[in-house]
Amino acid sequence: MVTAASGSFELDDVSVTYGNETAVAGVTMSIEPASVTALIGPSGCGKSTLLRCLNRMNDELGNVKVGGRILFDGVDIYDRSVDPVELRVRVGQVFQKPNPFPMSIFDNVAYGPRTHGVRRKAELDALVEESLKRAALWEEVKNSLKKHAFELSGGQQQRLCIARALATSPEVLLMDEPASALDPISTQQIEDTIAELKSSVTIVIVTHNMQQAARISDRTAFMLRESMDFPAQLVEVGDTRVMFTNPADKRTEAYITGRFG
Amino acid sequence: MTDASFPRRRTGRPAFRRAAESVVTRAIAFSGIAAIVILAAITVFLGMNALRAVGDVGLWSMITGTDWFPTSKEPSYGFLPAIVGSLWVTAVALVVSVPVGVAAAIYISEFASRRTKEVAKSVIEFMAAVPSVVLGLMGLAVLVPSIRVLMRLDTGLTAFAAGIMVGVMALPTIISISEDAMHAVPADLRTGSLALGNTRWQTVHKVVLPAASSGVFAAVMLGVGRAIGETMVVLMLAGNSGIVPNTPLVSVRTMPGTIAGEMAEVVQGGEHYSVLFAMALVLFAMTFIINLVADVVLENQRKRWRR
Amino acid sequence: MNHASARVRRARTVEMLARAVTGAAAFGVLGVVAFILGYILYRGAGSIDWEFLTAPPRMFMTQGGIWPAIYGTLLLTFWTAVFAIPVGIMAGIYLAEYAPKGAFTRVIRLAIANMAGVPSIVYGLFGLALFVLTVGFGRSVIAGALTLACLTLPVIITATEEALLQVPQDLRQASLALGATRLRTVLRIVIPAAAPGIVTGSILGLSRAAGETAPILVTAVAFYSPVPRTVFDETMALPYHLYIMATQAVKPAPDVVWGTALVLVAGVSIINVVAAAWRTRQRRRIRW
Repeated sequence: MVTAASGSFELDDVSVTYGNETAVAGVTMSIEPASVTALIGPSGCGKSTLLRCLNRMNDELGNVKVGGRILFDGVDIYDRSVDPVELRVRVGQVFQKPNPFPMSIFDNVAYGPRTHGVRRKAELDALVEESLKRAALWEEVKNSLKKHAFELSGGQQQRLCIARALATSPEVLLMDEPASALDPISTQQIEDTIAELKSSVTIVIVTHNMQQAARISDRTAFMLRESMDFPAQLVEVGDTRVMFTNPADKRTEAYITGRFG
Repeated sequence: MTDASFPRRRTGRPAFRRAAESVVTRAIAFSGIAAIVILAAITVFLGMNALRAVGDVGLWSMITGTDWFPTSKEPSYGFLPAIVGSLWVTAVALVVSVPVGVAAAIYISEFASRRTKEVAKSVIEFMAAVPSVVLGLMGLAVLVPSIRVLMRLDTGLTAFAAGIMVGVMALPTIISISEDAMHAVPADLRTGSLALGNTRWQTVHKVVLPAASSGVFAAVMLGVGRAIGETMVVLMLAGNSGIVPNTPLVSVRTMPGTIAGEMAEVVQGGEHYSVLFAMALVLFAMTFIINLVADVVLENQRKRWRR
Repeated sequence: MNHASARVRRARTVEMLARAVTGAAAFGVLGVVAFILGYILYRGAGSIDWEFLTAPPRMFMTQGGIWPAIYGTLLLTFWTAVFAIPVGIMAGIYLAEYAPKGAFTRVIRLAIANMAGVPSIVYGLFGLALFVLTVGFGRSVIAGALTLACLTLPVIITATEEALLQVPQDLRQASLALGATRLRTVLRIVIPAAAPGIVTGSILGLSRAAGETAPILVTAVAFYSPVPRTVFDETMALPYHLYIMATQAVKPAPDVVWGTALVLVAGVSIINVVAAAWRTRQRRRIRW
C-alpha cells in the first residue's frame, strides 16, 4: 500500500506560457499528501492549466512552457531526467467529461496496468476488482465486466474513469471538474468516492462549484485572472474552513459570496 | 534528487521497448514524407528519360511543333496536336460536367432529404471507382455510333465523344468537392437567411454559393486536372489523328492517349521513347500546377470556416 | 399587399424550378450510373459461366475463359495492398498524430493532394523508368503493383487521417494520463477506434487501383500470358484484357468483351457496396 507520506507537491513561482501568452504566473503553494486540495476560481482563471502541469499533460499540447519549479515528493518533475510517462503512472487524472475507452469495462480498468507490463490474468483480475471497489463501482458491474463501457450511465462511466486511473496505484489523483457533466445523484456518489479515497491518495480537484469545494476539500486555492492583459494568479491558499469563513483577501470574499464568477 | 530515486516502482520501461518505440516512430515520420519523395522521384525519373529528347529535339520546338509524325523517315515530334486535342476534350468535358455537377451538388447539399443524401453520396463515391476502361467501352458501344449518325460524321471517334465520357469521369470529383464546400458553409448563415424570409433557393444563391464559391472553383480545377490526365477513355474514343484540330467534331490525339498508345511500341531508350517521356513531363507539370492552385484555394477556404 | 404576394408567388415558382433543375441533375447522374451498370449487366450476363471464369482463353482470345486475367488482377491488387497499406496508414498516423503545425506539414499535405491528381499514365511511365528499368524488375507483377501502390497511396493516407481525426481528443488524453506513450495510445486506442474508416478507405482505394489500366500498361501486363508463377513474371489483367479486346482484338468477340467488363464492374461494385455498408454499420455502432 502507498504510504501516506508520499504524494506531495511543492510549487515554486510556477508560470505557464502558451506560445507568447502567459496564462498563469507566480503560483507558489504546497499540496499536502493524503488530503483533498480544491482549485477554485472563475472560468478561464487557469485552474485546469495549472492542474495539467502536475502530470505534465501540458507537454502534449505543444508550444507550452512551464516556468518555476514543481517538486513532487522532492523531485523536480520538469527535470530532464524525469520521464513524463513514468510521472503519469504516479499522478493520475480524471477528466471533465467521462471518457471511457471504446472497450469493455474490464479492459478499461486493465489498460493502465497492461501498459506497464502486467500480463498475468490473476494479477489483472485482482487489480481490476480492487480499483473498481475503491471507485465504488464494483457492486454495480461485478457481473458484467465484459460489457461495453459505453453502456454504462454517465455517472457510472465517470466512476469507471476513476477506477481506471486508480488501477496504476497512483499517489495523486488530479480531477478536472469531474462532476460538472453529471446529475446531482451521480455528483453525490463521486463526492463520496473522493472522501473514501483521500486517506490513500492525494487528490487535487478543480471545481467551479464552491459548495462542492467547501464540502469535500481540506485545503482550497483561489485563482483569479483579473484581466486578459495579465496572467492568472494565485490569490489565496489555505485551510478550506478558514477560507470560506474568514478569507484573507477581499477578492476571495467577493468570489465565495457570489459577487462575481 | 537523481533519476535513481524517481522510478522506485515497476514503471520503468525496458530498454528494448523504448528502442522498438523509437524505431516505429521513426518509420511513421519517414512514411509521412513519402508523398514528397514520390513526387520528387517522378520528376527526376521523367526528367532523366526525357533528357535525350530535350537535347535532340529541344523542349521548345516540341511544345510548339505542329506535326506529330514520330515514325516517318524524318520524324517530327510536335506536341501541339496533342495539347490542343487535350484542350478540346477538356473543354467538352467541362461543358458537360460543370453545370450538371454543380447543380447535382446543390441538390444533394441543400434540397435532398437525409436519406437521399446518403444514398446519392455513396453512389457518387462508387461512380469514382468505375474503371475508366469500362467507360471507354461504353463510349465505343453507345456514344460513338450515335454521334456518327446524329452528327453525320465519317467517324464518331472524336474529341466530342471522348469529352462527354471524360466529363462523366470528372463528375464524381466535381460533385463531391463542391458538395463538401457547400456543406462546410456554417448552418447559422443558412438559418439566418431563411429567418429573413428567403426561400431555400434564394438562400442558396445569395448565401451558400457565394460562401462556397472558392470551393466550387477548386472542384472545377480538380475536374480539369482529371480531364487533362484521363488516359483510357481518350485513348479509346478520341481517334488519335495527327493534326492540330480546330473543332471538337474531328478525331484528335491527346497527351495521355499518345503516351499510352505509343509507349508499348517504341524502342527503349530511342528518340521517340524519350520524346514520350518529355510529353509525360509536360503533362505532369500541367496537372501539377492545376492541382496546386485547387489545393491552395481549398486550404484557404478551410481556414476561413475554421474560426 | 397584392404586390408582396406577387413577389412571394414568383419566389415560390423559382424555388420549385430550382429544385426541379438541380434534382434533375442529381438524379440524372444517378441514372447514368444505373444505366452503365444495367447495360453492362444486360450485355455481359450471357457470357458468364463456369468455364468463362476458370479457364484460359482459346482460339485467339475469341473463346474460352479469362481466368488468367482475373487471377492477374487479384495478384496485382494483393501486392498493391502489401506495398501501399503499411506506408499509407503510417503516413496517415504521422499527419493526424505527430505532424507539427507548420510550413513543412503544409508542404506534405500539398504533396499528398497533388499525388492524387497525377495522371495515371504518368505513374505508368514513372513505374516503367524506376521499377521496370532502373530497379530491373522488368515487366512484372511486382513492378505493376509498386506503380499502383504509388497511385493508391494518397487515397489511403487521406482516409486514414480523416478516420483518426474523428476519434475524440478525450481518449488520447485519457490514455496519455495513464502513462501510456504516444505510440501506445495511437496503436491501442486511436487506431482500433478509427479502424472502420481506415479499412473502408483502403479497400475503396484498392478497388480503384484494380480497375486501372494505364499504369500497368507499360509496367506489368501482356496481351497473352499464362498465370504468372512468381511476382517477377508478367501477367494478364482484367482492365487491360478488356481494353485489348475492345479495341484491337483479332476478330471481334463481343461475348468475351462484355463478359470481361461485367466481371470487372461486378468485382469493383461488390467490394464498394460491402465496404460502404460495413462502414455505415460500424459508424452506427460507435457513436461518440
